[in-house]
Amino acid sequence: MTDTSMSSGSYPPGQHPDFPPPKNLVGPMAWIRENLFGSVTDTILTLLAIYILYLIIPNMLEWAVIDAVVDAASRQECREISESGACWALITAQFTKSIYAFYPPDERWRPNLAFILMFVALGPILFDKFPARSKMFFFSIAYPFIAGWLLVGGIGLESVETTQFGGVLLTIVIGVVGIAFSLPIGILLALGRASKLPAMRTLCTVFIEFIRGVPLITLLFVASTMLNYFLPPGTQFDLLLRVLIMVTLFASGYVAEVIRGGLQSMPKGQYEAADAMGLNYWQSMRLIILPQALKVSIPGIVNTFIGLYKDTTLVIIIGLFDVLGIMKSSLSDPEWNGLAAEAYIYTAVFFFISCFAMSRYSIYLENKLHTGHKR
Amino acid sequence: MADTQTAETDMKILDEVVIQITGMHKWYGSFHVLKDINLTVNRGERIVICGPSGSGKSTMIRCINRLEEHQQGSIVVDGIELTDDLKNIDKIRSEVGMCFQHFNLFPHLTVLENCTLAPIWVRKTPKKEAEETAMHFLSKVKIPDQAAKYPGQLSGGQQQRVAIARSLCMNPRVMLFDEPTSALDPEMISEVLDVMIDLAGTGMTMLCVTHEMGFARKVANRVIFMDGGEIIEQNEPEEFFTNPQSDRTKLFLSQILDH
Repeated sequence: MTDTSMSSGSYPPGQHPDFPPPKNLVGPMAWIRENLFGSVTDTILTLLAIYILYLIIPNMLEWAVIDAVVDAASRQECREISESGACWALITAQFTKSIYAFYPPDERWRPNLAFILMFVALGPILFDKFPARSKMFFFSIAYPFIAGWLLVGGIGLESVETTQFGGVLLTIVIGVVGIAFSLPIGILLALGRASKLPAMRTLCTVFIEFIRGVPLITLLFVASTMLNYFLPPGTQFDLLLRVLIMVTLFASGYVAEVIRGGLQSMPKGQYEAADAMGLNYWQSMRLIILPQALKVSIPGIVNTFIGLYKDTTLVIIIGLFDVLGIMKSSLSDPEWNGLAAEAYIYTAVFFFISCFAMSRYSIYLENKLHTGHKR
Repeated sequence: MADTQTAETDMKILDEVVIQITGMHKWYGSFHVLKDINLTVNRGERIVICGPSGSGKSTMIRCINRLEEHQQGSIVVDGIELTDDLKNIDKIRSEVGMCFQHFNLFPHLTVLENCTLAPIWVRKTPKKEAEETAMHFLSKVKIPDQAAKYPGQLSGGQQQRVAIARSLCMNPRVMLFDEPTSALDPEMISEVLDVMIDLAGTGMTMLCVTHEMGFARKVANRVIFMDGGEIIEQNEPEEFFTNPQSDRTKLFLSQILDH
């Protein structure tokens, strides 16, 4: 028998206890050593990065925070207070307009209420620990109608033309409607394209390929101008509604392809096991295939949604003013002329907060749905 | 079930025909995989199907629950003929349990949910009752304590036992096994075979594609040897192993038994 053990305490075979890892494997110092100064190259890169940050951050802070002006009536006033700082006064002055745009000031409680109710409606869908979840689902289903009624009016409320929608309000309306409706449509399209029925498959494939082959701007132009030629003369068809339909269809084409990828990643055995139990097509899709396929598609779906949300800025092309459009228009105001950086940073921050929230939610969802063996 | 001593007497073969396959042919494109298969299975029979890979044995049992479609001949399961009629197919599938080589448990559901899914959705059993049945069969396969875990947290042998329990929850009239131990580590094969032996003791009709010849000797009442898409030979296990008729069978047996 060869004894190769080097420690003093030896244990009989099969009796060796678990030891804690060596000290230099854990703790913040170990992390720094491993990640920042792991090798000569790592050390050089770390130092270089620190130097670059040192060059950038002080200037940035000076412009954006230290020399910045928050309260002023015009650009002129800003420059009088501070020559070189950011003029956030633009945002202070235009904030309300960037949110509601042309929505009648007396009726603004309606979009506010709709916005708050949106979270109540999303809660039970997004979080499975939401109180009274199954009952709240009914509210979620009713929400689109409630929100539509609140925003557009009629039946007891003063009606507001959709041409008065704009700013953050418009961005959220288009984004949320597009996301909420493109997911179910996308699922059906993906199932259709993966279907065994040739007519169904062809139809869905043609639709998806058409949508993917055409830029969104083109579809928006079709929505704003050409649709009038196709529809019977005198048909009143709201422009915003047309935009919503186009954006939804556009996103659903992309969502469908992402989900089809998820469907193809499913092992054949899952379909067979579901079949062998006697589940019918819709049962096996709903209970077995889609929960798994959607789970692996989450990053792609959220990616599409974030893309869709940012693409809402394209509606400026057909004369709707989303948050970016409103900020851009306020730049042509002689009082605030020339403050492009401030306006665009504000818009960027708004989009970043929305999109980052979506991204975090998708990570939360992936972790929650992880059922594999995780050590 | 626990009493294997009386297994021999419990394993009665009844006069009732459960599966009747007549003149069945199947092609993959132009490749003729199954040629003129004729097989009658009575209630209570335990049939082991063996043969070299590519001989069509898996394909044959997968035809019985229509995971594969046959092009000629007829298959009648429990009095229902397999045709394109989806209703009939689903009916037969709910009466025929199947275990796969790779278990095919549903990884997004717990062990218990795996077992209750089909009873709840296909048989419309109330949830509570389905869970009681599931726990009953999970105890039979000796893993009731794993009910709340996900399949990914179990070993291969445990997963296959869950798969068997999952099939049994549908109270099937026939069980099909498609190489149930081929993907398992040697240590885990016997735990699965023990469950299958117990199952045979309850009088379950079983068709089992396997290379476990020890299992065949112990529980099978008939061994079928397939090669090139045909049934070459079938016999009682003792006769089959000691006195094979065709040269092809002799060669096959010498290859798998000689080490």
